[in-house]
Amino acid sequence: MRGFRGMVLGLAMSIGAISGARAQPVEIEYWQYVFDARIKAMNELIKRFEAANPNIKVKQTNFPYADYQTKIAAALPAGQGPDVVQLFYGWLDNFVAAKFIQPLPKDAFPPQEIEKDFYPIVSAMKRNGEYYGLPTAVRSLALFYNKKLFQEAGLDPAKPPQTNDELLEDAKKTVKRDSAGNLLSEGITLDFPGQDYHWWRETLVRQMGGAPYSDDNRKVTYDSEAGAKALNWYADLQRVHKVGQAGFMDEGQAAFRAGRAAMTIDGSFRLGAFNNIKGFEWGVAELPAGPDGKRYNFASYWVNAITTKATGEKLEAAKKFMAFVTTPEAMQVWLDTVGELPARRAAAETDKNLSHPIYGPFLKALNYSTATVFVDEAGQRQVALDLANRVLIQNQDAKAALAEAAKAEQAILDRYYAGK
Amino acid sequence: MTDQTASTGLWRGLGLRQKQVVWAWAFLALPILFYALIRFYPTGEAFYLSTTNWNLLSKPAFIGLANFRRLLADPVFWQVFRNTVLYLVIGTPVSLLLSFTVAYHLDRVRLLHGFIRALYFLPFLTTAAAMAWVWRWFYQPVPIGLINDALAALGFPQQPFLRSTTQSLPSVLAPAIWAGLGFQVVIFLAGLRAIPTTYYEAARIDGVSNWTILTRITLPLLRPTIVFLVVFSSIGFLRIFDQVYNMTTNDPGGPLNSTKPLVLMIYQTAFSSFDMGYAAAQTVVLFLALLCVSLVQLRLLRDR
Repeated sequence: MRGFRGMVLGLAMSIGAISGARAQPVEIEYWQYVFDARIKAMNELIKRFEAANPNIKVKQTNFPYADYQTKIAAALPAGQGPDVVQLFYGWLDNFVAAKFIQPLPKDAFPPQEIEKDFYPIVSAMKRNGEYYGLPTAVRSLALFYNKKLFQEAGLDPAKPPQTNDELLEDAKKTVKRDSAGNLLSEGITLDFPGQDYHWWRETLVRQMGGAPYSDDNRKVTYDSEAGAKALNWYADLQRVHKVGQAGFMDEGQAAFRAGRAAMTIDGSFRLGAFNNIKGFEWGVAELPAGPDGKRYNFASYWVNAITTKATGEKLEAAKKFMAFVTTPEAMQVWLDTVGELPARRAAAETDKNLSHPIYGPFLKALNYSTATVFVDEAGQRQVALDLANRVLIQNQDAKAALAEAAKAEQAILDRYYAGK
Repeated sequence: MTDQTASTGLWRGLGLRQKQVVWAWAFLALPILFYALIRFYPTGEAFYLSTTNWNLLSKPAFIGLANFRRLLADPVFWQVFRNTVLYLVIGTPVSLLLSFTVAYHLDRVRLLHGFIRALYFLPFLTTAAAMAWVWRWFYQPVPIGLINDALAALGFPQQPFLRSTTQSLPSVLAPAIWAGLGFQVVIFLAGLRAIPTTYYEAARIDGVSNWTILTRITLPLLRPTIVFLVVFSSIGFLRIFDQVYNMTTNDPGGPLNSTKPLVLMIYQTAFSSFDMGYAAAQTVVLFLALLCVSLVQLRLLRDR
């Protein structure tokens, strides 16, 4: 009995010695939500990273957007889930409070260098002098226009509208209706559930001289003259000028894709989808300037962060992976595959990118963009959708609708900050 | 060793009938345990969560009845409550009336009976999500919406359907009723077949009118079937979700909450806003509503 036990022990030790000597690869897990182009881009990045770091394996896991946060919240407290995770910039405070993510180690990610190299919107990731996440790519909005419809209407397809007034004129020229007045093709799409709610809040309200929120983001301030002017200008596209109609073809991007809208406002993340349509000629322009000639835009981004699950050699591997996915090389891969813009100024504003007919307008926008701070993205979006519907469906007065929206959104903000 | 003998002795001491009972309980224990674990335990947990401010990420803290007070003061909740009641009080009678009419006439059809019954049953087998999307496209404005295309071709004005605060609820309800029709028709047919033909023969000999036969023989004898269908479809309409969510994904339950049922509000509060405690409070209200409706219906439709 003793002899047998000794034999087993010896065998086990020798196996351990062999496998120990072979330098076992460290496996880390990476999570992001399901979006084809992003998964493809990340697979490419993982391939390159593993080739450069043969001792590290990265496993990518994806969940549908609707379940994504729930899965993270269920996995991490149980010691499961990702070592490096992608999260929306608006979720940061909740993730930090829940101890899901750890600050980026300063040795590998010195804050001064981050501030020197990345676009200033990244500062939203800083808490108490420490950065908790870094984006590979950022997104902004632009005006997409259908060159063929512009040409048919006698407009120059090389000259998209530069101001809000020109946009309205071009929309009037490109809209098509049948003899009974039914809309056949839109001049410009009206789609608040799409990106228009950002356009209204971050661009139109500011262009009319207002601001959507107070500087500390705790007070709703769009319930103002400027807010009402912006809302009326937007709603008049449908109410007065009839150049578009909310709900036409179900969604703005569907109408544009089908060639039934001359213009639409959408994000850089849509480029991949529009690029795949054969024989579809479209162009991109900066969001038109307001009455005072000023331009504003809305930027948003997803960041990568290291979770509290990563410790020891996994933390070291996670640091290396994080550093790799935020290199200029990785950003170029992301731009080419997903169409999202590099988060480092040097990687973004190359001559090639700036003069690019499609990336150029989005990149220029990053210098005058705001990243709205959301505390409950879904709830705040709902308030905006209701605002548009009150004006467009119920014909409510803009000021009354704004007062109601501001009250509802302020309640969401108050509830959140009361708990801080 | 002694324990084993004792327990064997105990088992031996039981009579045949007692042994059967023990075995029956042993087999029943498994599903009961399973059911308790996946149904009763979470239900109890939901009651507890409804008194906390859990947001999925933080530790839940007890806040008493604050969630319920917030719910009562929330205008969206009352709108949603009204919608849920509308789904119930329109959906249940309309669907029962339609399915009974279909079943009553189908019962007399001999030609292609099976084929017609299959046609009615088919929508019940279709995924609710797929069907909702097809109907969503039916309701679109010109040029892609089937219904509006037809209206426009005939010279009528377009209807907003899902883009209206008044038309959207009936528009969402219609496919839900249609989808459940096949099931109800089949149950009604089975109920009609179960009525002994001798009653009808006796009635015919007495020269009673069709209407009298319907109201005096058929409907009273169908009572168990009707009770079952009323309860079953009421619960279905109180829990309506798939159709609403899929037909209004861009603005779920919209426009302006005009189609939002309680279940969708719970879903959004829990999984979009991560306000788990508040969502649990809404769940408790839904639970109580379902309980009340079922009890009232069972009492009203009980055999006297």
